[in-house]
Amino acid sequence: MIHLLVLLPLLGALIAWLIPGNRLRPLMLPTIALPHLGLSLYLIASPTVPVHGGWIWLDPLGKITLLAISSLFAVCAVYAVGYLAYRQERSNRVLCLGLLVCLAAMSLVTLCQHLGLLWVAIETTTVSMAPLIYFNRNARSIEATWKYLLICSVGIALALLGLLFLAYATHVAHQNATLLLPDLLEDASALNRGWLHAAFIFLLVGYGSKLGLAPLHTWKPDAYGEAPGLVGALLAGGLVNCAFLAILRVYQICLASVTELLFFQQVLVVLGLISMAVAAIFMARQHDFKRMLAYSSVEHVGILAVGLGIGKGALFGVLFHLINNGLTKGVLFLSSGNIHRSYGGKTVEVVQGALTRLPWSGGLFLAGFIAITGSPPFSPFISEFSIISSIFVQRQYLVGGLFLLFLAAIFIGMALTVLPMVMGTPRTDLEVTDYRDRMLTVGPPLVMLLVIVWLGVWPPEALLQLLKDGAAMLEVRS
Amino acid sequence: MVSFADQLLVLVMLINFIMLGSSRMAFVIRAVAAQGVILGIIPGLLHPFSGHLLAITASILLAKGLVIPYLLNDAVRKAQIRREVEPFIGYVPTLLLGAVFTALAFVFAQRLPLAPEHRDLLFVPASIATLMTGFLILTTRKKAISQVIGYLVLENGIFIFGLLLTEAMPFMVEAGALLDLLVGIFVMGIVINHINREFSTVDTSRLQTLREE
Repeated sequence: MIHLLVLLPLLGALIAWLIPGNRLRPLMLPTIALPHLGLSLYLIASPTVPVHGGWIWLDPLGKITLLAISSLFAVCAVYAVGYLAYRQERSNRVLCLGLLVCLAAMSLVTLCQHLGLLWVAIETTTVSMAPLIYFNRNARSIEATWKYLLICSVGIALALLGLLFLAYATHVAHQNATLLLPDLLEDASALNRGWLHAAFIFLLVGYGSKLGLAPLHTWKPDAYGEAPGLVGALLAGGLVNCAFLAILRVYQICLASVTELLFFQQVLVVLGLISMAVAAIFMARQHDFKRMLAYSSVEHVGILAVGLGIGKGALFGVLFHLINNGLTKGVLFLSSGNIHRSYGGKTVEVVQGALTRLPWSGGLFLAGFIAITGSPPFSPFISEFSIISSIFVQRQYLVGGLFLLFLAAIFIGMALTVLPMVMGTPRTDLEVTDYRDRMLTVGPPLVMLLVIVWLGVWPPEALLQLLKDGAAMLEVRS
Repeated sequence: MVSFADQLLVLVMLINFIMLGSSRMAFVIRAVAAQGVILGIIPGLLHPFSGHLLAITASILLAKGLVIPYLLNDAVRKAQIRREVEPFIGYVPTLLLGAVFTALAFVFAQRLPLAPEHRDLLFVPASIATLMTGFLILTTRKKAISQVIGYLVLENGIFIFGLLLTEAMPFMVEAGALLDLLVGIFVMGIVINHINREFSTVDTSRLQTLREE
């Protein structure tokens, strides 16, 4: 049953590759993604046991990530059918193949209890996304693809070195090197501190560059800016969540080692605050709205890192924010993709008065902006609020003060770009494009927005319980 | 057999210098392939014979000795690159830097808390030296293909460290990592080809359109 999560998308990828018609092929995406979502929900709701000698187990942390990834992918898959109908000038064979392979790899990430296998799955997501960033086939997108591919590959290679250090620590301790998470958690406190320290640094740098934590975020604005909105949504809500799950696994080991936890938490808080600061600086006067969304992603990765570093009560907020950030980014990227299609440009000079020209997409983009900056009634408000309140409860006033300052600066910076875009009147000299808001391109982000409101107003009890279970895995046991 | 593996690692480190000092692409590609092949046979020297060992050795030799050099040569041929001209830092300074890094790798490895059976072996210093060489190539060369080679050398350095812990990386993981590397190089080769078509050069210092104004 659990294998289907990986095998189903792979089968779909194979079929999508074989389908000759450019119009028919995108239908393969929802055909796979919707059953995948159903299967995920079923597995999340049912109790699971480790299989394959403990290698594969869908634990609460994996369940939360799987929920975030699978629901985002299902929405994007439906959207893709509508979006690709406008992009019939290009073959979408590689796009469909890459998306489905990436879904398989992302699902595998959530199932892995062996850190080596987790690494392989994350590297697969990196490679399978690369051709998708290059979908537009121009000089700018090839540059973005190259930067993404090189920085992420080198980063992931460093994470592998970190893993080997971790395994070497177990070798020094008892001659029996292992990377199986339960074993590592069991004997983490007995391992050599020097090797552990080195391992955590390399793992943080490696997965951090995949996550886009500043100062390792440099590929992000380029890749998010040049990729189609659909791919941007999956980068910001899918790959980020996978990399963050890897960081959570490292955090679990830190927690078990006791001595390394404080160091790791401090580094996370500092890197998180730097990310938020970088986002605040580059968000101001940002002309390209897709690049602006990339910096918003850097910001939210920073929020996740700060929350994880603070720990305790913030952990619930971090795990909830993982889901909320993914879905809200989905709304923003998909509606920005629509606006980009309609105006034929993605700078504020070209795009003005989106509410008039595209009432649905413009409205969704505006609502997404309000949601991502943490306003009620949307769910990111709840998760951000619980992180902030936990910071202050723990008397980390400096961290809390900076956190709020950066949030305010980001809100203003983002508003200065978003408001002129959606308000006002469209320019009269715009080129005419054939894009119109239709059911398939507006419906999916709208559904996602409604889910965010639902989670913000009345989160289901089962989800809250799952988040609590996940947070309990990351708490210090006394 | 371990001592023979140690001697092979000396060869691996010599290849690092060959790569740092050479400007001819075809030659550098052959050098990185040779390095990969040498590293591929070391597991066979360290461990008793088994089916897994045979399979993994065969696939490493195939991937690093044949497929990857083929992909790289293909990219070189399509983009018509003969040699790396004007690296950011000249050949003699990079060679000197390489020597300094290798020396530092030995000093550093002495101070690491290694398991007793690994203390007198070359594995750890060779790993660090190769890793640093990879970084050096990645950061000082302009051509996209040289950066791919730098990445490969970096991977080789990590692979050397992995030789100390084959139990931690079971067959499936090892094979998965190798497959990812192969596909990664394949995609990079395609991207290089497209860079060449779009910019009429594979000089990555030209890739500067995307930045904040």
